[in-house]
Order: sequence, then structure tokens, then C-alpha cells
Amino acid sequence: MQAGVQFDQLTEEEKHQHFMDRINRGEKIEADDWMPEDYRMSLIRLIAMHGISEIMGALPEKEWVPKAPSLHRKLAIMAKVQDEMGHGQLLLRVAEDLMAPLGKNREDIMQDLFAKRLKFHNVFHMEAPTWGDAGMIAWLVDGAAIISQSMMLDSSYGPYARALKRICAEEVFHAQHGESIILALAEGTPEQRKLLQDALNRWWPSLIMFFGPKSAKETGNSHADKNIMYKIRTKTNEELRQEFFTKYVPRIWALGLTIPDETIHFDEEQQLWIYKDVDWNEFKQIVSGNGPRSANRLDLRKRSYDNNAWVREALAAKKAI
Amino acid sequence: MNKETMKPEERQALVELLYQLADDDFILSFRGSEWLGLAPHIEEDVAFSSINQDMMGHASMYFRLLEELGEGDSDSIAHLRKPEQFRNAIILEEVNGPGTYLEKPDYDWAFAVVRNYFYAVAKQIRLESLRICSYEPLREAAKKILMEQYYHLMHWELWFKQLVTSTDEAKKRMTDAIQKVWKDFGGVLTLGPYYADIVKANLIEDEALLKKRWMNKMEAVFKEVGLDFPGAPRMERGNGRKGEHTSDLEGALSTLSEVYRANPAAGW
Repeated sequence: MQAGVQFDQLTEEEKHQHFMDRINRGEKIEADDWMPEDYRMSLIRLIAMHGISEIMGALPEKEWVPKAPSLHRKLAIMAKVQDEMGHGQLLLRVAEDLMAPLGKNREDIMQDLFAKRLKFHNVFHMEAPTWGDAGMIAWLVDGAAIISQSMMLDSSYGPYARALKRICAEEVFHAQHGESIILALAEGTPEQRKLLQDALNRWWPSLIMFFGPKSAKETGNSHADKNIMYKIRTKTNEELRQEFFTKYVPRIWALGLTIPDETIHFDEEQQLWIYKDVDWNEFKQIVSGNGPRSANRLDLRKRSYDNNAWVREALAAKKAI
Repeated sequence: MNKETMKPEERQALVELLYQLADDDFILSFRGSEWLGLAPHIEEDVAFSSINQDMMGHASMYFRLLEELGEGDSDSIAHLRKPEQFRNAIILEEVNGPGTYLEKPDYDWAFAVVRNYFYAVAKQIRLESLRICSYEPLREAAKKILMEQYYHLMHWELWFKQLVTSTDEAKKRMTDAIQKVWKDFGGVLTLGPYYADIVKANLIEDEALLKKRWMNKMEAVFKEVGLDFPGAPRMERGNGRKGEHTSDLEGALSTLSEVYRANPAAGW
């Protein structure tokens, strides 16, 4: 920008160039800074989806909170799920700031969720029928989340990067809590080992899907590419999936568990994990709200929203006084 | 008083009191955990689950004291007793509303606020009275719990006062919930059949005194928010301190112990 020229006198193109220069220099963008509409919309899509995923993600584990099999596990899983809710709150606040100039607020986020316009992670549409699933979610789903969130710790959007810093720190504890459940089951009775293997069989395809398709070919959109251009994220879906394999496949094998993909192996020549791909049409169906537990979990959320309408009205009335 | 020198009737009184304290927190915390993800807003979900987690921690401390007194392993105390061995007050075991926590939960937030607030006041009074407890491990536990309890009480008092003084609908729902809770809240305010031994062993102050403190506090709050004070709460459905319970407790116990019971000998 030339000295002496006011920022608001610049053309849209010049503003855009100035913005790209800032993020290319590694500067952080803040909520009140000028940003291209495109960037704002990308952030809203990403962060609202992440926030609502944390909140919907509490529901499969919630199924196991009252049933956790010891006082210690009860306390640990209560703390863990509370953290997830807290992450959801933190992220929704970040999204709300971005939505404010568009005249939108949390009410819109909730309505978008109920209308299936706002999607949440594929994993939280799935069933969690045993205590083994509670362990698998905390160990591998949270493990996968750490990998995908860590790459955004240096995101160009400052408020998101700061929220992620706290979230990732807590996620590490969650993964340890999950690993502790998994180890107890793996070292337990034959029934407990079976519980664990069945849970892994159930979760494996969902974990592959968690990182998203390899390229825009499968989904027909290029959100991931755009987010890389804007330095919101730094790695592709496939790079993240490979990192996940590198970290967890050896650990899964070390526990004596079988991965339900007989083809998976590390190819030394290509320096890549080779694995059986999943059906990305099924992925699209699931995240569109047509997974095995989508209806039930959306109903829980919607029902509590409707049942508590009187509470929101009562609080709003108090505020008005 | 200590573990080695206490008389059998003192031990019995102490164990009874500990089961009351433990089971009240344990069962109400369980009911609270069913609310997870269903609170009126996300901020409350975070706060409420933190309170339930604290209460589960308090129950766990009392169970540990029972374990030290030879009542068995704390996990089996929590998960394997029969309903008639539980000493919680009946109002605390009542379901949150129609439906289950997994399917169609039409839970009543007014009931949650009233039950938790009344309980938080009673718990605060009980914990303050335990400062004179002749059994040091319980006295020390109460001191620790009191530090967290202060915030729980503040939380529920705010909810109670805000809702009861807001819209007509909120006021109606809250007074309905008060009437419902009043029918059985007397069960929280009793020390049960061993009450005389409990007081004689200097474990806690007299039941009548504790109840009076609770009534005084409630009467002042009711006056402040413009509600008629309904007098002493009743105990219509029985005395949980005697092991009298409803089918709601059976439901709660079968849920909370489902996995543990699959194999109590296994490591979980």
C-alpha cells in the first residue's frame, strides 16, 4: 500500500492484494480486519462445522457417560465430554464473530443444523453400541482430530488458531483417556478383547472417511484447496490420512488387533501407506444427515432446543428489564 | 473418634451417614449426567456437566471412606448394591422427565433447577455442620467439598431466582416444579433411623437444627422473589434413608452398573 493512501480508498483488487500479502508474510487476521468475502465464508463454513461437530460429537459418548464401568472411568469420561462441549462453545463464539457482519447469530447456526444445511463430522453420525466404542472414539477419533487440527495451529485466522491451541492441548488428554480404556480391554478377558476388535471393525471405515476424500474429484468441491491457498490449513486430506496411519497402524498391531483391511501396508518405495479406499458416495450420504444415527442425534438436539424455548424466552425477558 | 477405637454403634452411625452423603451425590450426579447435551444452551451444558462431575467426585470420596471402614471396594459399593441398600433421598432418584436419556428425552429444566437448588442449599448446610465432625477423615473431606460446593450453590441460586421472577410461563413452570419437589424433599432433610446415634457420636449437628436452617434460608429466598412459603417439605413416597425407594432407582442402577456388572472381576 502506498503511504498516504487510506485503506478504504483502495479498490477491491488492491484490498485483496494487501490481504494476501499480509497472510503470505505470516501475519494473523483478526475478527475486525478487512477480509475477502470468500475468506470469511470459508472460515464460517469450516469453524461452524468444527464447532457443531464438537457439540454433536458429545452425543455418541454421552451414551456411555452414565454407564462408564468404574468411578474412575465415570469421572474421566464426564470430564472428557465436558471438554468437548467447551470446545464447541469456544468455536461457536469464533464463528459468531465472523457471522455478525452478515446479521447472523447462533440461532442461525442451530436452524442450519436442524435443516441439515450445516454438516457435522461423519464419525458422529455412527453408532456406538458398546463400551468398546467409547474407548475407540476417545483413542482413534480424537487421535485423528488432533492430527487434522494440529496442522491449523498456525492458521492465518488468529482467533481460530488461538482456540485450536487450547483445544489440541485438551485433546491430548482425551486420546490418553481413550488409550487407557483400550489398554484395559486389550489386556482383559476374551470377551473384552472381542468388544474391542468389534469396535475397531465398526470404526475403521469411518476413520478413513474422517479426513475427507483425496481430491475434489470425489466431492465436486474444492474447499480444502481454497483453505490451503488462504493458509487456513497447510496439508491435504491425504497427507493427514497418511500421518494418521503412520502414528496409529503400528500401535493397533502392537495390541494384537486386526485392521479390517487385509491390503493395508507401508510401501517403502513410494513411502506411502497403501490401503483399501472407502465408498465416498456413502460418505456424502452420511454427512448429509443420512447416517445410521443422524436422525436420533439431531432429534436429541432439536428436542432439547424446543423443550427449552421457554427458558431462552425467560432469560431474554430478564435481560430486557 | 478413629477407626481403631470407635464403638460398634459409632461405626454403624458413621457408615449410615456416609452412605447417605455418598448416595445423595452419586444418584443426583447420575441424573445430571443424563442431561448432557440437552441443557437449555451450550454454556449451561458446560457448567452443568462440570457440577455433575464434581458431585461424582464427592460421592467417590465418600465411597473411599466407606472402603477404608471395611465396606468393600468402592467400585463394588457404587455398582453392586441392591436398591434397598441405597440411602439417597427419593426425590433425588426421580427421572428427569418423560423419555430416556437416549430416546425422546422430554426433560424438565424447571424440575432440574428446583431439585438442584434445594439440594445445593441442604448440602451446603450439611457440609458446614460437618466441620464439627468427630471423625477426622470425614471432616477433612467435607472441607474440600465445601470449596466446590460454594460455586454450585451460586449457580443454582442464580437460575432459580432468574426463572422464578421472569415470564409468566417460567413462573408457572417453576412453581409447578416447586410443588412437585416439596412433596418429597423432606427425605433429604432427615438423617434416617440411626439419627440419634449419628448425633450422639458428634458426627453432625441435630437433624432438627439442620432442617431449621434450610427452612429459614428457603423462607427468606421465597420472600425475596415474591413466592408464598409452603411450610415444611413432606416425605410422601417414603424414606430413602431406610432403604425405601421407587422403581426410578432400579432403572438408574441398572443403567449405571450395566457395563461393570458384565464382569465385576475384570479390569475396566
